[in-house]
Amino acid sequence: MQIYLPIAEVSVNIFLLFGLGGLVGILSGMFGVGGGFLITPFLFFMGIPPAVAVATGSNQIVASSVSGVLAHLKRRTVDLRMGTVLLVGGIIGAALGVWLFNLLKGMGQVDLLVRLCYVVFLGIIGGLMFIESLRALRRSKRGAAPKRKHHVWVHGLPFKMRFRTSGLYISAIPPALVGLSVGVLSAIMGVGGGFIMVPAMIYLLGMPTKVVIGTSLFQIIFVTAFTTMAHAITSQTVDILLALVLLIGGVIGAQIGTALGTKLKAEQLRIALASLVLLVCFKLALDLFLTPADLYELGAGE
Amino acid sequence: MIRALALLLLLALPASAEEVVMGLSRDSVAITTDFDGSEVLIFGAVKRQTEILTDPPLQVIVTVSGPVTPVTVWRKERRLGIWVNADAVEIDAAPSFYAVASSAPWDQSISEVEDLRHKVSVERAIRSVGAPMGITDSQSFTDGLIRMRTNDGLFETFYDSVEFREATLFDVAIRMPATIVEGTYTIRVLLTRSGKVLSQHASSIEVRKVGLERWLFNLSRQQPALYGLLSIVIAIAAGWGASAAFRALRSS
Repeated sequence: MQIYLPIAEVSVNIFLLFGLGGLVGILSGMFGVGGGFLITPFLFFMGIPPAVAVATGSNQIVASSVSGVLAHLKRRTVDLRMGTVLLVGGIIGAALGVWLFNLLKGMGQVDLLVRLCYVVFLGIIGGLMFIESLRALRRSKRGAAPKRKHHVWVHGLPFKMRFRTSGLYISAIPPALVGLSVGVLSAIMGVGGGFIMVPAMIYLLGMPTKVVIGTSLFQIIFVTAFTTMAHAITSQTVDILLALVLLIGGVIGAQIGTALGTKLKAEQLRIALASLVLLVCFKLALDLFLTPADLYELGAGE
Repeated sequence: MIRALALLLLLALPASAEEVVMGLSRDSVAITTDFDGSEVLIFGAVKRQTEILTDPPLQVIVTVSGPVTPVTVWRKERRLGIWVNADAVEIDAAPSFYAVASSAPWDQSISEVEDLRHKVSVERAIRSVGAPMGITDSQSFTDGLIRMRTNDGLFETFYDSVEFREATLFDVAIRMPATIVEGTYTIRVLLTRSGKVLSQHASSIEVRKVGLERWLFNLSRQQPALYGLLSIVIAIAAGWGASAAFRALRSS
């Protein structure tokens, strides 16, 4: 069954969209990633204009994150205090990112920048996570207790805050900076940024894996809601109908994903996410290096 | 002398005395939620006072053109191993949709000169004046545009597809894909003989979103802040609703 999208101005198969939303929802619930890094490229493949895909993707992430965070709130695995600090940085970063995005759009290089960002960030993070998880898995097999990393410089900074849920007493500056950089990237790449924030929270801030996912989802809700607003006002590229179909699939998937996530071990979860991140990275890198089928590309006229 | 003049006049008369009239199966296309492309039947007849002249034969060409807009075409180049957008050509006017149908193979339907004058073929319907400095092959950018739109089903050519009976009645069905944009579509019918255009007739058809599609589109353009809020509220409600539904499901 086909459905015509009023803003994207294309007709697509409704079940395909629904399935895509569902798949991304499952990932969202399991890993705490918004899934934007998967949904955006898939929408491109379906023939939806990139600008609409990016803006609508962030709207869909709002829904699946709300659904996911409610499940985490009930299990008390959300560090609201940490989330708020991340959020403040995130909003500032997103505003910066939207401004940068519009600047580059005029130069015709935004597509390349987005792809390069994806390849570089997915590559670094996926690689690091994979190595780290393998090491942790080996340690746990040997029966030794995993030791948490402590960054000396993090402890020397002012504005210390106590994050009880995470069991941390650190400066507010590193989380705010993490939020800020993720905010910039999320606006440029059209993603929630969970796939960057989750590892940053684990490896940079030293938060326990258990609270990382809920906290990341909490922060993503507000940043993506802000991005949706910014896109709706500045470029009018949010397609409600597209978002609606995606998010119906997404919220159901998120519930299933959260339930699945509690049954799996944290280390296995991390290896699975790392493999997925590397896979998407590889596919995008291939597109950059291989000769494209058509050397010509259409841009919007002025 | 007079007799010779009269003969000349008689010979010249049929060319100007044949006129084309046309009709459309519909005067608007409504884009609804389940819109999956549309088909327009274009039909008509040749109006004449004289005998039918069958040699050389009369031909009909039908064109359908979507709204015309400027387009930027980028060409990729390998820089440091990566494919990047290097050169750009601004094409001044390109139709968003263009279909050409004729009653005979193209070279028998219209001459090169007449095509240039009346802008009938896809290549001629695109206007591209002047490429920026340093680009010598601006034609390849136009070719690129045509190739991409053809692959998307937006540029179509159907030779020998117009049904033309007794050199008088003609009809052809043109299919528009689901990816067409809103606007006024121009439909032209050209009557030709030995490559020369004898008569032409133009009409238009409105392609418009209706109902929910129209309402959402207008809201997003006229009240963007409200539209943005609405999309966020829907998202939050759906997220919360699914969570509540699952909780109810699990507890029961």
